[in-house]
Amino acid sequence: MVLPVVVVIAVLVLYPLAQGVFFTFTNINEANIANPVLDRAATYIGVGFRNYAHVLSGDTSYGAFWSTLVRTLIWTFSCVFFHYVIGLGLALLLNREVRGRSVYRVLLILPWAVPAFISAFTWKYMFNAQYGIINQALRAVGVDNPPVWLGQNDWALVAVIIVNVWLGVPFMMVALLGGLQSIPGDLYEAAEVDGATPWQRFRHITLPGLRSVSSTVVLLGIIWTFNMFAIIYLITGPNPNTRILVTYAFERFFSGASRDYAIASTYGVLILSVLLVFAGVYRRALRKQGEVW
Amino acid sequence: MTLDASSLKVVRPDRVAHKRHERSRAASTALHATLAIASLIAVFPVFWVLVTSFKPDARAVETTPKLFNESSLDNYTRILSGDKGSFLTWFGNSVLIALMTTVVAVFLSATTGYAASRFRFPGKRTLMMSFLVVQMFPFAVLIVPLYNILLTLGLQGEQFGLVLVYCTTAVPFCTYMLKGYFDTVPTDIDEAGRVDGLSPFGVFWRLILPLAKPGLAVTAFYAFITAWGEVAFASAFLSAADESKTLAVGLQVFVQQNRTEWGHLAAASILVAIPAIAVFYLVQRFLVAGLASGAVKG
Repeated sequence: MVLPVVVVIAVLVLYPLAQGVFFTFTNINEANIANPVLDRAATYIGVGFRNYAHVLSGDTSYGAFWSTLVRTLIWTFSCVFFHYVIGLGLALLLNREVRGRSVYRVLLILPWAVPAFISAFTWKYMFNAQYGIINQALRAVGVDNPPVWLGQNDWALVAVIIVNVWLGVPFMMVALLGGLQSIPGDLYEAAEVDGATPWQRFRHITLPGLRSVSSTVVLLGIIWTFNMFAIIYLITGPNPNTRILVTYAFERFFSGASRDYAIASTYGVLILSVLLVFAGVYRRALRKQGEVW
Repeated sequence: MTLDASSLKVVRPDRVAHKRHERSRAASTALHATLAIASLIAVFPVFWVLVTSFKPDARAVETTPKLFNESSLDNYTRILSGDKGSFLTWFGNSVLIALMTTVVAVFLSATTGYAASRFRFPGKRTLMMSFLVVQMFPFAVLIVPLYNILLTLGLQGEQFGLVLVYCTTAVPFCTYMLKGYFDTVPTDIDEAGRVDGLSPFGVFWRLILPLAKPGLAVTAFYAFITAWGEVAFASAFLSAADESKTLAVGLQVFVQQNRTEWGHLAAASILVAIPAIAVFYLVQRFLVAGLASGAVKG
């Protein structure tokens, strides 16, 4: 029964990965990839580190790597911060004895249940500068010139962050709720008997009790958000103000006459390297705090 | 008033409970208000699409919001009759792809997860780490090789090719979760099964799988949702022919071609969201337990 493990990993992950890394050292594109349908053999050639040199130079014709990286980091950390804080807050509320708790839970999970591309269309409609409900509401409360949300300015980035926060909170909430329920209730009773304040109980029982779940879901959240593609692509398209690393890689892969697969792969490998470095640092930091992970 | 041990024992929890009750009554309004506002924010976009889906396109872009504005079922009839793109074909494709992905991914990840949970083999730790690392793979690094592989296999543009591609993302995560879930099932059960003469696969199939239903529900849900809502691979890998598109791709075309037909788009969106929400509703009671055991013990 170990066989499927090895096969799955090898076929679905390792082989494509190795090939992807290999492509970054070539000039592969739509015109020279092997295509059995057209009965055409591969004619791409090796170019050494040229792709990396182009991308890392930060040249705008190669996606302005460094400023895109900064925008990706802003996007990732603001999203995950709000996911975690709001998710934890709601999980704490839902973990109490509240009347109608299961109803609240179903309602709060709803954003997770709706397919992301549907949410993207929905928010695109709601963010429309003229007839979108959000700007109508802003005008109604006296904001005369509400922002053009999805235009060529930084409001677009704010808008996609709002959408992604809306989308991602339920996952955090559910995962943290599971974590909260695994904390033994005796601990709280004992603390209460000893006269601990609610803040002290939160600080010394809840947070340590959640540490294991938190460290996993925060890491997963960061990875997923870093690679989150659908929301930005569907809401703002190729808007340079919301461009993050993955959306640019997709632009290179899919749009434009050239269909530059080599640059797309180079971006892929660079994204992966950034995440691996981050995960390594993260793990080491956790280990220093005595976490076995 | 006499104090003795037994009366203290009775009084104390009582007093604590009383105190808590009093505080919760004071804070109860705030608690319910917070939850209600959060729920409103969570539900409102879906509600607003529902409201829009009944409006004619021209009314959907008016600058004064109204709940009802010449509302009717026209959008739905037109979408379902195929007036606005081959909606039903896309829908069928999406269902087929999502179901195939769910079956393949749950089967592979259940066997893999069980093996990883029960057997020792060289490189097991590395393997589990690699499942987490796979989550880091941007599709950008896999999209070209997968495209290349599908071309070679002759599956480019085929639905089954897309199912394989979705398994690359779904299987590692599902395995990671299910391994955590299987870890919570005591190994005594396996041993008892073996003593009773079941083969290793029999133990897995007849004893462990039924016990792991909540975990399986969560992974099935995850696989289904992944495939149902995926955009990037579907846009890139499915052929341009209308009859092979999934909903995610088809609706994109719809948006590009009919920029202002928000009424129709909303109706289509509601039709797409219903199956996902239905599946979600079925598994949501398993979600908390399933996710927690996967994430905590992974």
